[in-house]
Amino acid sequence: MNSGEIIISVEELTKVYDMGEVKVHALRGVNMNIQDGEFVAIMGHSGSGKSTLMNIIGCLDLPTSGEYFLDGVNVKEMNKDQLARLRNRKIGFVFQTFNLLARTSALENIELPLLYNPNLKAKERKEKAMNALEMVGLADWQHHYPNQLSGGQQQRIAIARSLVNDPVIILADEPTGNLDTRTSFEVMEIFQELNSRGITIALVTHEADISQFAARNVMFRDGRIFKEKLVTKIKNAKAELDALPEEDDNF
Amino acid sequence: MKFINLIIIAVRSLNKNKVRSLLTMLGIIIGVASVIAMLAIGQGSRQSIEDQISNLGTNVIMIFPGASSRGGVSSAAGSAVSLEMEDVISISNDCPSVKYVSPVARTSGQVIAGALNWNTQLYGIYPEYLEIRNLEIASGEMFTETDERRASKVCIIGETVAENLFDEYTDPVGQKIRIRKIPFKIIGVLKERGQSGMGSDQDDIIMAPFSTVQKRMRGSQRDIQQIYASAQSEEQIQDASDEIDELLRQRMKLTKNDDAPYMIRTQTEIVEMFTSTSDTMIVLLASIASISLIVGGIGIMNIMLVSVTERTREIGLRMAIGARGRDILRQFLLEAVLLSLLGGILGVGLGTLSSTLVVKFMGWPVLVTSYSIVLSFSFATVIGVFFGWYPAKKAANLIPMDALRYE
Repeated sequence: MNSGEIIISVEELTKVYDMGEVKVHALRGVNMNIQDGEFVAIMGHSGSGKSTLMNIIGCLDLPTSGEYFLDGVNVKEMNKDQLARLRNRKIGFVFQTFNLLARTSALENIELPLLYNPNLKAKERKEKAMNALEMVGLADWQHHYPNQLSGGQQQRIAIARSLVNDPVIILADEPTGNLDTRTSFEVMEIFQELNSRGITIALVTHEADISQFAARNVMFRDGRIFKEKLVTKIKNAKAELDALPEEDDNF
Repeated sequence: MKFINLIIIAVRSLNKNKVRSLLTMLGIIIGVASVIAMLAIGQGSRQSIEDQISNLGTNVIMIFPGASSRGGVSSAAGSAVSLEMEDVISISNDCPSVKYVSPVARTSGQVIAGALNWNTQLYGIYPEYLEIRNLEIASGEMFTETDERRASKVCIIGETVAENLFDEYTDPVGQKIRIRKIPFKIIGVLKERGQSGMGSDQDDIIMAPFSTVQKRMRGSQRDIQQIYASAQSEEQIQDASDEIDELLRQRMKLTKNDDAPYMIRTQTEIVEMFTSTSDTMIVLLASIASISLIVGGIGIMNIMLVSVTERTREIGLRMAIGARGRDILRQFLLEAVLLSLLGGILGVGLGTLSSTLVVKFMGWPVLVTSYSIVLSFSFATVIGVFFGWYPAKKAANLIPMDALRYE
């Protein structure tokens, strides 16, 4: 895949939730492209439609009208099982609450998406999971359970899980929402690192300083794109991390 | 997802909630165990009934006279004068499937030997009767056809009669006794037989030649109270019975549709009569036991529903990373089936154990058959699928976005 190729293309996307008597217009005509290798931050207040857009991009939901092409595939025409397959092969999810399986080792959590791909043998799965774990720098923690890991480490495991199926895009929904500043920066460092290797990332956040680690910011308001801008001075997470004062607590 | 991975996931998830899994299985364990124990007790009692009926003899056919009916008033069975000596003779001559025939003349009365006396039954029979009924002589010998022809006053006695008439130092063989004041000579003692299936003492009996009893004790009546016959082989019991029926109808000038004034009962019929009663009992016991299996199934459904609710986020996550509805369905269904299968295995163990204990402490005849194990096992599996389906379907139908956000 050439860098710069459009992998996500959204045209006149609308989404209406029918709540019985009231119709909620979550998206009111959104046009947006994401190119291969981009790092986009999608911003907006709650109810602005950013999460709805993420769900549609992530093939968890279908639009009411409009077009959505993911890696050349027209998602609108897919049935439930085909959507599941698309999610399995082309999308990586990172959630605010990590969503790791309890009492399941880090490595097995990462392996999970591959279990739903019957073409992979056990050995391949283990290799891929191990590679992903190395990419987030937690190779030594493979046998630990989520409850033995810090929040930052758990989110890194979740990122490794999103990477493991070689997705065309990683969708991160408020990945730093449950983390303190230092671990937020650690997570952003991982994202920047992955992006520098050519992985496309779309990040939903409402924190302005987090959005500054991405190259492009798209701002949502009332179901529409309200502002779009390229970040002129992209912050470097590693440098920011070094600039933070030393931790004085050791727990 | 591959099946092996599904099994690993299911085992793990059951393992996470050990106590809960065990309690859920308990319903199935108790259900399967009681089905197995009930079937074992039922089968055991059926077996012992069959054993006792086979005591009746070898391939036995019994012919009784029917009830007499005069002016529309029926008397008791056996009151009709329908069987005669000629019938016995023609059965033995003209029925190729019949091996032995013996008429039976029955009476009872007081028996006196020296200073002791005893009231018992007296059977007048042909020597062949021993073959038909599988009886054996323990000491002395059986009377012969000559005794039959001469109506000799000789008899053989059962063990109970011997015990009551003679002390342990006296050999009954060769002794004289008086049956209803008529002197008889004891020429043999029957081998002990014990209680019959119906509880009567089979050793409390005296047997003498048929002609002796019929002529000397029953006042030379023409009617025969009962005829015992035996078929050549087990397969020929029905043939023999049909031949006898045809012959008797011919002799009595009856058509096929007339009510016959006699009854023919084969050993097979008697076995069926008794086993059908015990079969009814088995079905009854097993259905009561299977109710607990169903209750166990409802327990599984309940826990699976709780589990689906608890793991809504996990389901959402699995769907987000590519699980299809049917993957989720399989996962939860397998978990339910595994629960009931494990319960089934433990139940089979418990059932077999408790059956063994019943044998040991209660002394009941008990028989654990592989049939009952297979039956309860497959029943448990079916219950797992049946009661696991609804929760699994519920999980599979969750909408991934909502499931992911479930609190």
